[in-house]
Amino acid sequence: MSPLLFLAVAALTVTAASTVVLHRNPVHSALGLVSTMGLLAVLFLGLDAQLIGVLQVIVYAGAIVVLFLFVIMLLNLQREPRGLDGPLLVGAAAAGGLCLAALIVRGLARGAPPAGAGVQAGFGGVAQVAERLFTAYLLPFELTSLLLLVAVVGAVAIAKRRPS
Amino acid sequence: MLADAAIASAEALFMILLMLQVMSLGLFFERKASALMQDRIGANRASILGFAGLGLVNTLVADPIKFLLKEDVRIAGADRTLHALAPFLSLMPALAAFAVIPFGDVLVVGGRTIVLQAARLDVGLLYVLAMASLGVYGVVLAGWASNSRWSLLGGVRGSAQMISYEIAMGLALIGVVMTYNTLDLQEIARQQGRLLWGWLPAWGILYQPVAFLVFFTAGVAESKRVPFDLPESESELVAGYFTEYSGAKHLMFMMSDFVEVVLVAAMITTLFFGGWQVPWLARDGFHLPGGSVVVLPSLVVTILQVTAFLLKTVFFTYLQVAIRFTLPRFRYDQLMRLGWQGLLPVALLNVGASAVVLLLLERAA
Repeated sequence: MSPLLFLAVAALTVTAASTVVLHRNPVHSALGLVSTMGLLAVLFLGLDAQLIGVLQVIVYAGAIVVLFLFVIMLLNLQREPRGLDGPLLVGAAAAGGLCLAALIVRGLARGAPPAGAGVQAGFGGVAQVAERLFTAYLLPFELTSLLLLVAVVGAVAIAKRRPS
Repeated sequence: MLADAAIASAEALFMILLMLQVMSLGLFFERKASALMQDRIGANRASILGFAGLGLVNTLVADPIKFLLKEDVRIAGADRTLHALAPFLSLMPALAAFAVIPFGDVLVVGGRTIVLQAARLDVGLLYVLAMASLGVYGVVLAGWASNSRWSLLGGVRGSAQMISYEIAMGLALIGVVMTYNTLDLQEIARQQGRLLWGWLPAWGILYQPVAFLVFFTAGVAESKRVPFDLPESESELVAGYFTEYSGAKHLMFMMSDFVEVVLVAAMITTLFFGGWQVPWLARDGFHLPGGSVVVLPSLVVTILQVTAFLLKTVFFTYLQVAIRFTLPRFRYDQLMRLGWQGLLPVALLNVGASAVVLLLLERAA
């Protein structure tokens, strides 16, 4: 991925991500989130990670945010009242942001991987990702599916509960 | 490098123009084939110098001009930006999905072998699914941004329907992927060139008939057409999510429905009916089952293959139009029951059965 293209996509991603938190209208925020996910997929494609890029679109853009829009429409929110007015909230957000920035700076200071290391053939393809997923990361992968199952059962239980 | 980019662009342009032609042919079927089925004459009013061309002038010239010249109504209280954005979000992903569908094997020109597929993506099948899942945004945003109850109801119905049937669609495709062991659509089409028992072309329908039925049904539901047209059901919701659209934007919504129809037809062709394969046609000519060989020049073979892909796609487009004029509309509970309690378990069972059969075959070999 050429540096120029990367900078352009990265700038767009940050802009889209900012609309998620800065826009007053929740539907516009949701759309900002979709754009962020789509642009992240572009970044993954630029890093030769085809499978992850496409999965990014299918999973996030395709499913989760649609459900998000659903909730917004069914709750019929038109304009979100300002949520970040209290000094406590602003302080907490600022502290969180500073911690994140410190982490990023520390990570960068550790040094970048050697330049021009390149990728081997088949990198980011289905075969290679699946091979890692079902050998080195089998246990975490299967545990994640258990977690999702718990979430599904929980959702059904909440949906079935009738007000007494 | 530059030549590669030029070739890829030319292929993409060729594919998109080809598919748009099939789409307009679909519109023609919609008006004239339906008339034939219902014993009417159908569109025959418009003509150029007395030439009506069996209604072709009506559907391909007069209709689009009429749409393009109509007023673009601005709706009071609507979200202007999203209202204008929605038709594009509906049409563009469906058009973009054609990039990975192979429309021929290879074209040999001047010592250069060109694979006839605009984007050779390793994960082509997943890319099509990703684009299909993006199509729902146009529906949802059109419904929400129009500031109208009909639109909102249509948008909610449309998004629920598309999410539900996407799951069955994806699961049906898992069986196909297990059979071919690849996600690259060109590779899938190539593998269907083999012969069973020396004479039967090994098309996907023979291996995955259940997946075909599930995929076809889910595909018709994804394009939101009768019998699954509840998002726009004109007898209750005026026109559903695009009630508040006029002129070119309305045309774009109509177009995206038809582009999706053609996309489903092209995917069915590629996955289950051999793609660009012509029975017994290899790269050097026909190898007939009797053992006789008809040698053909490479260019003729390529033209035959592209024509075969086109004809198959046109056939499945026609089939979807014919379904529209054969079946009545579902009720909403029937629609959801079919998706979640009908197609989903069948697709899951198909995945399980495919796994068992493949494992047994592997053991036997």
